[in-house]
Amino acid sequence: MKKVIHTLCFMCTVRCPIEVVVENDEVVSIRGNSYVPAMNGVCPKGAAAVATLNDTQRVQAPMIRTGDRGSGQWKKVTWDEALDYTAEKCKDIFAKYGSKTSVYCERANLISDISKSFQKAIGSPNHFTHDTICKGAINTACRSIIGYTDGQINADWGNTKHAVLYGRNVFETTEIKAMNGLIGAMDKGAKVTYIDPRVTITAAKSTDYKMIRPGGDLALNYALMHVIIKEKLYDTEYVDRWVKGFKELSTFIDPYTPEWAEAETDIPAGDIIKLAREVSKDRPSVFFHYGYRGSHHPTETYFRRSIMILNALMGSIEAKGGLFIKKGPKDAGLEAGLRKFSDQKFPEMEDTRRFDGCGQDKFPIADKAHGVGSMFPHAVLNEDPYPIKVLFAFRFDPLYSNPDYQQSLKALHKLDLIVSSDINFGGTTSLADVILPESFFLERSDPLQMGSSLKPAINRRIACVTPRFDTKPMWWIIKQLADRLGIGEFFPYETIEDIWNYQLADMDIKIEDFDEKGFVSLSDKPIWWDRKNGIKFKTLSSKIEFVSGLMEDNNIPSLPSYEKLDAREGSFRLMCGRCAAHTNVMTQNNLYLNELVPENVLWINNNRAESLGIENNNMVEIESKVGKGRMKAFVTDMIHPEAVFMLHGFGHNEIESKRSYKRGVADSMLQECIMDKVAGSPALDHTWVTVKKV
Amino acid sequence: MGDYCIYTDPQKCIACHACEVACKSKNNVPSGASLGQIVTLGPQLIDGTPRMASLFIPCFHCEDAWCINACPTEAIRRRDKDGLVYILEELCVGCKACIMSCPWKIPQWNPESGKVIKCDMCMDLIDEGKKPACVSSCPTNALEFGSPCDMSHKTRAEYGQNLLKKNLGVAA
Repeated sequence: MKKVIHTLCFMCTVRCPIEVVVENDEVVSIRGNSYVPAMNGVCPKGAAAVATLNDTQRVQAPMIRTGDRGSGQWKKVTWDEALDYTAEKCKDIFAKYGSKTSVYCERANLISDISKSFQKAIGSPNHFTHDTICKGAINTACRSIIGYTDGQINADWGNTKHAVLYGRNVFETTEIKAMNGLIGAMDKGAKVTYIDPRVTITAAKSTDYKMIRPGGDLALNYALMHVIIKEKLYDTEYVDRWVKGFKELSTFIDPYTPEWAEAETDIPAGDIIKLAREVSKDRPSVFFHYGYRGSHHPTETYFRRSIMILNALMGSIEAKGGLFIKKGPKDAGLEAGLRKFSDQKFPEMEDTRRFDGCGQDKFPIADKAHGVGSMFPHAVLNEDPYPIKVLFAFRFDPLYSNPDYQQSLKALHKLDLIVSSDINFGGTTSLADVILPESFFLERSDPLQMGSSLKPAINRRIACVTPRFDTKPMWWIIKQLADRLGIGEFFPYETIEDIWNYQLADMDIKIEDFDEKGFVSLSDKPIWWDRKNGIKFKTLSSKIEFVSGLMEDNNIPSLPSYEKLDAREGSFRLMCGRCAAHTNVMTQNNLYLNELVPENVLWINNNRAESLGIENNNMVEIESKVGKGRMKAFVTDMIHPEAVFMLHGFGHNEIESKRSYKRGVADSMLQECIMDKVAGSPALDHTWVTVKKV
Repeated sequence: MGDYCIYTDPQKCIACHACEVACKSKNNVPSGASLGQIVTLGPQLIDGTPRMASLFIPCFHCEDAWCINACPTEAIRRRDKDGLVYILEELCVGCKACIMSCPWKIPQWNPESGKVIKCDMCMDLIDEGKKPACVSSCPTNALEFGSPCDMSHKTRAEYGQNLLKKNLGVAA
């Protein structure tokens, strides 16, 4: 008999609420949760989840490496053997060098509360998430201005009148709610301005597209501010009430005229003026989107700040059709939310210095909740601030995610122990000493998720089918390791129900309340704060800080002078990004998704290609200071002459993943490890490369 | 398409191929075959403006179906109640005459079973009162499923209402 199960997807990190139809322990279909508005349909990754579920190229059992790292030689072992082996190795290493020499990295997910507890319990300050790679600067910029991270705000896509997107390729990253919402808003006449050096699907769907010079976004925004302030197009009442540092900004933007910005952006001054005026007409139901992808350069924190400043000038933070601050249980009138394992009292750490200096000496205002992951190879190779011996890589692949593959590879080879938990054989997994395979999201239940939003809710992922192979949920794996390391007391559970009950202990909600819809709403109505007096900004001044207390207190300037973009004759800026079929480095081996997009190609401007004698589909060699690769050229007028582009996530070298093995080139092979100066997140679009026909 | 049709709104389609993948997942379609196919032109720059358009092409479920006429074993049949054209797998001998005879080569070859497979518009789902997998999976509501008459009525009603509102000066 068919049954419908409401759960959370995890093909990508968006974690859409979905409903899964199951019959005889097989998945029949996956669609958006019909109880959730704007969750119609499913993205191709969600639709292809069944192919990963039943894929015999997955990691099928615990494994211990028998050959050299990366040789593909493994011994299948029992869970007891794998866990004992891991725990014994850890004990030896911790006894010799201390537990701080272990670093835990993960794709932040529902398990993060438990994984952070694990590091706290063993006494290591070193934990980072994948968020640090693609949105470290966004997080830091948002906190510096409004006191919330980017994860604590969202755009009101469905009610907007004008959305301005900087490489926010919403129709190829396929976040269902955002897409459903924006399509609905466009039906009602909303405008979308899309800014990117490359034409994407989103560009083709927008009302206006601007082909910007790579890295020119910050200059564009300063010029937009210039027009908005000079022409008094901003929301004076809102700015007077909520903004600190408007005067300083007004003086600061004086030299940044639209005419000045032309050379930096390749966008005509008249078009910049027109955009400023058009967006202002529809304020406050407009937003400049603060993320994701696009324009990762060393000044990214300032670029993301400039976006948030524009939103503030429009009065669009906490406005219908603009941006909103997500509300939690307390905002819904409840006394408490989910109880956290990581709030337990843990033993004092011997050494609190982090491997990445996050929140400390190196990156004082970066977010410790996510860390600065691209410092990992540096810390290992330079033993700065101390030697690193162990890496727990749990559902995250630093080898292909961090820039400079060769440097990461060297660092991984230097470690004494790599423990990986993965669904597939990913890059880091293929180098591991031991693999503790996690069950796929359709096969496992996870801790509850606090879904803060306009209408806060608690969401549940629940197993839809039994595990296809000898795999386990992460909370079980961590508990088993903890027991063996003598820290089991911090993980007071045996079953997932124990975890749910622990989390719900302070709330009037029962496990069975999730059965019907997969979530429990904490509010019937959307919670909007009063725009005159009720917006709870979490900055030092409780205002929107154009001049940021967080930054100034740490001797980081809020409004530094603009640094002109450099140019390099004969070279290209390498840009990377996404398509609808794939996410990060995790889906390239999926049967159906691999069939849709089996490898990446190099987008190159037709005029530049012609001068290099490159024709469409020619094999080309692309080279940077740190690496090179060969791939097919896609010669097109749809990319700025100064840029070349490749999809992220290809160029896999893991022999076990046969469909994606050696298909395309890994962007990490070419990207230099250049960092945003404030947040430490990698400047993924800043590397210069050369291209030649082979 | 029998008594039904699937309309693609080219403005809304983002060519994400969720329709194709959902079809494959639901119908266990082997690698290489596609029962429904999304065909996309672009994105390309037309006078400096990026443009694209897409069209979803499932089986048309023809009234006078070439595949039915070509099948030597009567494996391909039409449902009386709504005209959907489907294959009885056990009768298919894998001769491929249907593929050759179809003007759009829509029946697909399954190398694993040595038989032909084709879009039956998810008639099991239609019998449950649901929409075909391709339509229900679309994340931008670009695919619309219904009877040709209903679609015509709806489109005309929308057009007419807008025209009347405009003439009367009522806000749309």
